[in-house]
Amino acid sequence: MSIFAPASTPAQSIFDLSMFVLSVTAVIFIVVATLLVYAIVKFRATPENAGREPAQVYGSTQIELAWTITPVLIVLVLFAATARVIHAIQDAPQPPTAVEVTVIGHQFWWEYRYPALGVVTANELHIPVSEPSRPRPTFLQLLSADTDHSFWIPELAGKTDLIPNRINRLWMDPHRRGIFLGQCAQYCGTQHAKMLQRVSVDTPEDFDAWVRAQQQAAARDESAVAGRRVFETTACINCHTVRGTAANGRFGPDLTHLMSRATIASGAAENTPENLRLWLKDPDGIKPGSLMPAMKLSEVELDALVRYMQSLR
Amino acid sequence: MRAVAADIEPVGAVEAAPAWTLPDRGTVGMLSFIIAESAIFTIFVVAYLFYLGKSLTGPTPRDVLETPIFYTICLISSSVTIHLAGRRLARDERLTFLLLWLMTLVLGGLFMYGTAQEWHRLIYEHGLTISTNLFGTTYYSLVGLHAFHVTVGLVMLASVLVLGVAGRVGTAQSPRVEVLSLYWHFVDVVWVVVFTVVYIVGR
Amino acid sequence: MSSEVLAMQSARIDEPTWIETLHGWVTTVDHKRIGLLYILFALLFLVIAGVEALVIRIQLMYPHNDFVSPQVFNQMFTMHGTTMIFFVAMPILFGFGNYLVPLMIGARDMAFPRLNAFSFWLSALGGFLLYFSFLGGGGLYGAGAAPDVGWWAYAPLTARAFSPGSSSDYWTIAVLVSGFGSIGTAVNLVATIVCMRCPGMTLTRMPLLAWLYLTMAGMVLIAVTPLSAAQIMLLIDRYLGGHFFDTQAGGSATLWMHFFWIFGHPEVYILIIPCFAFMSEIIPVFSRKPIFGYPVMVAATVCIAFVSMSVWAHHMFTIGMNSYANSFFAITTMAVGVPTGIKIFNWLGTMWGGRIQFRTPMLFAIGFLFQFLIAGLTGVMMASAPFDWQLSLSYFVVAHFHYVIVGGILFALFAAFYYWYPKVTGRMLSERLGTLHFWLFLLGFHLTFDPMHFAGLLGMPRRIYTYEPGRGWDAINLIVSVGALIQAVAIVIFVANLIVSYWKGARAGKDPWDAWTLEWSMSSPPPAYNFASIPTVASRRPLWDLKHPEDPDSRYE
Repeated sequence: MSIFAPASTPAQSIFDLSMFVLSVTAVIFIVVATLLVYAIVKFRATPENAGREPAQVYGSTQIELAWTITPVLIVLVLFAATARVIHAIQDAPQPPTAVEVTVIGHQFWWEYRYPALGVVTANELHIPVSEPSRPRPTFLQLLSADTDHSFWIPELAGKTDLIPNRINRLWMDPHRRGIFLGQCAQYCGTQHAKMLQRVSVDTPEDFDAWVRAQQQAAARDESAVAGRRVFETTACINCHTVRGTAANGRFGPDLTHLMSRATIASGAAENTPENLRLWLKDPDGIKPGSLMPAMKLSEVELDALVRYMQSLR
Repeated sequence: MRAVAADIEPVGAVEAAPAWTLPDRGTVGMLSFIIAESAIFTIFVVAYLFYLGKSLTGPTPRDVLETPIFYTICLISSSVTIHLAGRRLARDERLTFLLLWLMTLVLGGLFMYGTAQEWHRLIYEHGLTISTNLFGTTYYSLVGLHAFHVTVGLVMLASVLVLGVAGRVGTAQSPRVEVLSLYWHFVDVVWVVVFTVVYIVGR
Repeated sequence: MSSEVLAMQSARIDEPTWIETLHGWVTTVDHKRIGLLYILFALLFLVIAGVEALVIRIQLMYPHNDFVSPQVFNQMFTMHGTTMIFFVAMPILFGFGNYLVPLMIGARDMAFPRLNAFSFWLSALGGFLLYFSFLGGGGLYGAGAAPDVGWWAYAPLTARAFSPGSSSDYWTIAVLVSGFGSIGTAVNLVATIVCMRCPGMTLTRMPLLAWLYLTMAGMVLIAVTPLSAAQIMLLIDRYLGGHFFDTQAGGSATLWMHFFWIFGHPEVYILIIPCFAFMSEIIPVFSRKPIFGYPVMVAATVCIAFVSMSVWAHHMFTIGMNSYANSFFAITTMAVGVPTGIKIFNWLGTMWGGRIQFRTPMLFAIGFLFQFLIAGLTGVMMASAPFDWQLSLSYFVVAHFHYVIVGGILFALFAAFYYWYPKVTGRMLSERLGTLHFWLFLLGFHLTFDPMHFAGLLGMPRRIYTYEPGRGWDAINLIVSVGALIQAVAIVIFVANLIVSYWKGARAGKDPWDAWTLEWSMSSPPPAYNFASIPTVASRRPLWDLKHPEDPDSRYE
């Protein structure tokens, strides 16, 4: 998750700029620190010269002018480099091939909607790799359902906040396949620390396949009917959506294809049956302070419900 | 045996001892305080301007505001009377000072009455409260903050009036009365700004 | 001399009872006593907030640690930040200002002694109220009602909907009340410095400390008040149904951010400028030369004060402002680095050609110079907005500002303690303990805050109560926490030095450092009335003129 391992154009531009800024500041540091060390060593009081006051110098207009003008010039150079990158990143036009994603930040999970593709998912983002010959960047619209959050995948882009009653934009065009990690960067409440992000950059074929799968309604598994009944008769349907059923709540993540995700609770735990069961039984055991309530289900109901969750491929 | 710690008195270069006068503490203190208060009002004015036109519901300024010309004239005039009162006090004309001071209080009181009347109308006739919408919140906060400062001013003016009636306010108190007048002028200037922002720009 | 006085007095007058002494301190309006009250108050909160920091660091020593719950952790970082800024840094700097300014300008007290006392007690009330929150019930999770919204208290996290209970109110009211105290002290400082200088002390002959405190006080007047205004708005939202920051009603979360940072950025200059003052008094004395470029130092400070009012949104580079706004704040932020850098050069110029004595105050001053340089440079990195899009809200920022506040401000404060303690108490602090304190604290400081930069570069955000293993953050966090423990030990040594030296320290006399400003012309501790007769001065270094009548400064100024 290093900011010095860029895998997309905005991250690369920032990286290049940062190398320049670091070089300039390194030079400044070396020059000034050397002078400081020199002064401390050369002009220290010794038994020989102690007791006599040194020449009382009050200032020097030329020197002071020099060390005013030089920093001003450095600032102008740094600013020119900075302004160029600001505009390049922020004012980049959105090409027609772009994938559009609407990100809605919640306490303490991420909602992802692909309006043009009819896909709704949570916590794990899939976007296509973008080759220079066939650019297909992803443009994200950032919204919030409650408090402030911040979207930060260091290797793909700088961070941008999700602020209620405000629409922000962020774009990325990953150059290579892979899983890229990040997490919420703006303190949003108790479980800010476990609002993790996982971005899967797929080949164009894999991405299209993923989209097609996500567009389907929920799988119907007859062996999970008991669990589905538990789901639909408890309050689950008030918060969660399972497309193709009566559940269309939006307070919590869309569960239609829960099993297509590697983690649950926004990255707080791996998506295993044991963790699913623990999460359903006692969410505070995994993520204390998350807004998922413990539904006080019996062991039988829990087992059935886990089977149902596992059927939502 | 010297009982007092010896103090060195640094001797300056031989000067012809020019008069060493620095500004009056009370005036500088009050001006500093006014600067701080101006910053507070500025923030409330910025919020008011920022939220103009952004209310999602409810009455707009144009719907409900009536320009309080008369009460504004009262408040501005009170600045004139307090200034004249200060001049009289400097010349030890105590009775005239007290009468002008009383006039200042009355004019300020009239302004407060006008504000109360306007708020009563807004609340009971138009249903506009601080929680109605963004306009309500910013309007009552800004005008209310100003009214609070007028109230504090009136309390101070009344205290001076009481002391004056008791014969305790004379030329020696003139500098302090001037400092208080500075505060009152500040309250007036703030009203000019608030008036312009709320009743002219904001509609 | 003063012990003779006491001896004679006690022969005639009964020793005051402890209750009379306490009463004297509680009702005092003497600037020296109020200054000491501020400093002792701040030292107490320094220890408390330091413990909060240790709780944070112990929790973060290992990934998935459970030393404290997330709720408690969030309270810890909120209280640590709030306490350090409002109940340690501000009071301690006001305390030094209170004590030193009248002495250095040849006055008997501050302009408004009763306002002075009132301002102190307002700050004390604020501190008490903030910490009462730990006892108050009604908090969301029953862990007391201590605020857990971060020291910036961003909206809408502070709205009733997201912070039920009174925790946000404790934050708001405690800081609001102490803010009024700060404004009172600022009014006092301005009036004192403008109106009460001794004859001959024109503005261009004031010690730099007076200039810098005048600038700082002016900034307090216009920077703390926006926060007060925003807090009043927040209270209106929470109690009167207002919608200032209510995003559901069309309100703006970013408006709070703007108001907060219009306060927040100048605030950090308010904190550092008095530290510049200490450096500008200490470095010359221990280099045995006058400050290099006094007029430029004044001009640079005033320049910083003005420019710093225009940089605030560099704390908001990630909120989605347009490219023109981001560019504007990038250049103003870089610009404010110029006068700040100039000051470092002037201190270097002061040391250049001098006869540097490495007494404890100077050790801390040298530490300050290096660390403030580095802190300034990491600041320049973050001024470059795109770079900041990566660095912001990560541990890089935490490292940067602790470099300024601990590496800069705290080191300068330590220097000031070792320099002026003899004047205040009449005793020298132990050089041995001071040297040990310096080196141990230096080690702990760098162990903690150097690696912390890398945690940020590797993607670790701030304000998280735990983190995933295997991201390259594990070893860094462990080292950071070890450094914190070392710093704690160094602080214990410092406090021990303060206490032990009060009784056992070598007698200081009037002028142990052979310094040049007026406070060294009187006994240590100074008499209650400061000056038997108000002095007249003819230069910036009146005591130099007295000690060197053949070559006084007044000939050259």
